[in-house]
Amino acid sequence: MAEPILVVDRLEKRFGGNRAVDGATFSVARGSITGLIGPNGAGKTTCFNCIAGALRPDGGRVTFEGQDITGLPPHRVFERGVVRTFQIPQELGGMTVLENVMLVARDHPGEHFLEVCLRPWRARAREEAVRVQALEILRQVALDHLALQPARNLSGGQRKLLELARALMGEPKLLLLDEPSAGVNPTLAQRLVDDIRAIQRERDVTILVIGHDMDVVARLCDTLVVMTSGRVLVEGPPDEVLNNTEVQEAYLGSQYR
Amino acid sequence: MPDLLAPLDTLYLVTLAGMTNWSVGFVTTIAIFGIVVLAMNVQWGYTGILNFGVVAFFMVGAYTSALLTLPPATGFSDYILGLELPILVGWAGGAVAGGVLALLVGLPTLRLRLDFLAIATIGVAAILRTVASSADNLVNRGRGMNGLPRLFNDLVDGSDYKWVLMGTTLITLALVYLLVRAVTASPWGRVLRAIRDNEATAQAAGKPTVRYRMQAFVLGGAIMGLAGAVYAHRVGSISPEAFSDLFGTFLPWTMLIVGGAGNNRGAVLGALVVGFFWFGTPLIQEDLPGSLGNQVFVWRQFAIGLLVVVFILWLPKGLLAEEPRVSRFLPRTVAGPPLLQRLRDRFRGRPAEDRSGT
Repeated sequence: MAEPILVVDRLEKRFGGNRAVDGATFSVARGSITGLIGPNGAGKTTCFNCIAGALRPDGGRVTFEGQDITGLPPHRVFERGVVRTFQIPQELGGMTVLENVMLVARDHPGEHFLEVCLRPWRARAREEAVRVQALEILRQVALDHLALQPARNLSGGQRKLLELARALMGEPKLLLLDEPSAGVNPTLAQRLVDDIRAIQRERDVTILVIGHDMDVVARLCDTLVVMTSGRVLVEGPPDEVLNNTEVQEAYLGSQYR
Repeated sequence: MPDLLAPLDTLYLVTLAGMTNWSVGFVTTIAIFGIVVLAMNVQWGYTGILNFGVVAFFMVGAYTSALLTLPPATGFSDYILGLELPILVGWAGGAVAGGVLALLVGLPTLRLRLDFLAIATIGVAAILRTVASSADNLVNRGRGMNGLPRLFNDLVDGSDYKWVLMGTTLITLALVYLLVRAVTASPWGRVLRAIRDNEATAQAAGKPTVRYRMQAFVLGGAIMGLAGAVYAHRVGSISPEAFSDLFGTFLPWTMLIVGGAGNNRGAVLGALVVGFFWFGTPLIQEDLPGSLGNQVFVWRQFAIGLLVVVFILWLPKGLLAEEPRVSRFLPRTVAGPPLLQRLRDRFRGRPAEDRSGT
């Protein structure tokens, strides 16, 4: 097997006396869709936050493409190609849907103060390219008809799609999706699964997705990582993992044993 | 403050000349406040930086320009520098000083939560006032800096000076407006607004948010410093007690809240509306019955506090709300209705996006 794109090694994060992540170790194979699952409070999102730099881990190591990215600030992690979404969509309500997506563009000279002052034509040219690219992504998630609406006008499901579109604008090598289908209706959940599969096929991107709905996760992922109480319980292909009695006990409750 | 109101004395002669004098002085003052409010719009309106020490940056700009343009201190005064440089150099120095002060205040505090910065800026204003009024051999202590050179002194004689002053100040306001608009209605401004609305989102979008906040804070501080320098040469003499929190921080804040944070035209409009209210009070003082005429300046403070409360509760977006579109490089999202229509919509509480044609 090829070298994994992401290696999480004995990661630790404490909040006071609570060990939210307590020595989690797993890896993500390049080009895979890996699911991170586990009961509520297992430390999945905290794990995400430590990888993406939103939280600084108390111990352990995160390696991306062979390089140590432990404790880097979020924008440095983003620079290397790791882009994350939020479980609860964090769109900018007062801004248009289009500019919500455009915000995430890489290497935009228009985002540099002096460039805007001294060479606005460069900013303008790049802005046009970014706009075209953002519209293309919005078309892909079928939000292009809402591009000029303020994002606060979107429905809950549309916000989930916008969250995905924003992440794609970051041209990720590794995409961290935090419960992309949580709180949406089954039809949209199915569409999100299809969208994510299509993205993975077309864009040469590796995806690490926190899952909640077992149906969705089983259909979407090549590999599952199961966490409980801040540790990794088991790692493997979905059918194997979901038939593991330990997993069933931890995740679903002992009555399923 | 008394200096600022000096042109208003002429009102006692209700003559056309008096009215003209008052108007010219008023427009000049409003233009200076407009510059300050635009700077606050960069900091608060776009970036969400809570600066409650605006007067500190204003004051540093004023004193810096005074020290650069005045002749060296003589026997009766004690201040440093006194380089007799041209006024434009003094203005540039005022802007630099405001920017440097912002950098110094921002370095330890911009990483902290919003409210810590607000408290720090209040402290900075108090410290600077105390230092200016009591430090020996610095800025002439409580006596202040007097006899600042006038603009184009060799070219214009006394009676025309007010027009030159008004024209120069208005041009400065226009240039600052164009600069602020150019940089905020851009991808740079989009990042600022993202930071203001949701810092986690901005970070996840790969933006170094602390660096951006610092840039916005320093730009705002520099513009406040410039405004202070313009003010100093307009009034001719400055002293520490003239830079009160009420005058230099609270009044501009009211202007921004009333005009509409996040909208540059709103910032200038707010300066005009609140400024008319504030500096226009002496206009009606004569016509008020005895005791009320004496109390009117107290009531003015009360009323302006009430105005802030009213706007925050019922018109939190101000007279001109910000547009959903940020970058001027993009097509307009909402067809810009005429100002009056927009104001009418505001007061009826209809959200701006309902007018969208898309």
